[in-house]
Amino acid sequence: MSRTRREILRNIAASVTLGGMSADAAQHVHHEAAAAKKKAAGVYKPRLFNEREFRTVRRLTEMIIPADEVSGSAVDAGAPEFIDLIGSHNEELGTLLAGGVAWLDRASEKRTGKVFVDAPAADQTALLDTIAYSNKATPETRPGVEFFEWMRRLTADAFYTSPVGVKDVGFKGNKGMTVFQVPAAAIGHAMKRSGLG
Amino acid sequence: MPMVGSMHGACRAHEGYGKSLKQFIRARYGTTVGLSGRGEMVPNKDTYCDIDPVVVDRWGIPVLRFHFKWSDHEIRQVKHMHETFKAVIEGMGGTVLGLRNPERESGGISVGGTIIHELGVVRMGNDPKTSALNGYCQAHDVKNLFVADAAPFVSNPDKNPTLTICALAWRTSEYIAEEMRKGNV
Repeated sequence: MSRTRREILRNIAASVTLGGMSADAAQHVHHEAAAAKKKAAGVYKPRLFNEREFRTVRRLTEMIIPADEVSGSAVDAGAPEFIDLIGSHNEELGTLLAGGVAWLDRASEKRTGKVFVDAPAADQTALLDTIAYSNKATPETRPGVEFFEWMRRLTADAFYTSPVGVKDVGFKGNKGMTVFQVPAAAIGHAMKRSGLG
Repeated sequence: MPMVGSMHGACRAHEGYGKSLKQFIRARYGTTVGLSGRGEMVPNKDTYCDIDPVVVDRWGIPVLRFHFKWSDHEIRQVKHMHETFKAVIEGMGGTVLGLRNPERESGGISVGGTIIHELGVVRMGNDPKTSALNGYCQAHDVKNLFVADAAPFVSNPDKNPTLTICALAWRTSEYIAEEMRKGNV
């Protein structure tokens, strides 16, 4: 990756922890991930995570936003790659994510003797249920709750800025109009509320 | 178009994960409106910059050190904005969802310095003890030195200052021409 593109990605990743990233910037991350994948014969090689951590992140994103009747899953949308790429360019975020995966694996091993990605699905769900709600947090689960909040947000960020996610919410963008027509329903609603109609 | 951060409010509201989260996000998308307030900060004596005694930039030049504090003027202005927005939203039949980050975590007012259009620090004024420039943006101490950018402002109006910067610069230019004609500079 050229120096300029690397700098752009670093600024993007920095803005994630500061808050606020443009639609263009998110697309840039998706493009970089796709380009990296293409370069390596269709297999994305993670930069932040090791192989096992990356499989864990894949499983997490798939559980957070699964496929349904409307659209595919976060994995289909490239969320694991998106998260890995951003995390690799921001030290604070990278530590938070890798540390979170480690925390999750320790918690999983305590319950099942297996790391999260190798545990049975029912145990994965049971563990996530302990960290998926902030009002259920205990001093013991607090780090996991914090990590999962980040994973949920990042998965949503990746999914809904991807073509799969944009289509899922039905974003249409600007469409040319030659005539401006106020919908009859809006006029009816206003008339009813005004007491005049 | 969905951006990074677009679904964070829904994530926070629903929490959890899985199909119900996805359905919740889908149902909420496009149904929200955000209102952002802008106001004028009244200059106060706790908000200023000085030359940093320690830190230098990459060329070895000491940098500015910033001191910042919101006053009651701004806190109360923002509170009034919240109440106004609430009235507008509820008057239209909507539901107030609350503040977005980062204001939610910083007491409802933006983090100082977030909004751009930096102005000031080479103040104009009549008293050389409390200002650097006169009303024509001419330095009190050096007659042929003028500052014609955003620095002469003594307060920051809450809207875009570019045209005022241009107007002041124009006025300064005419003054310079006149003073040169008279042989004063």
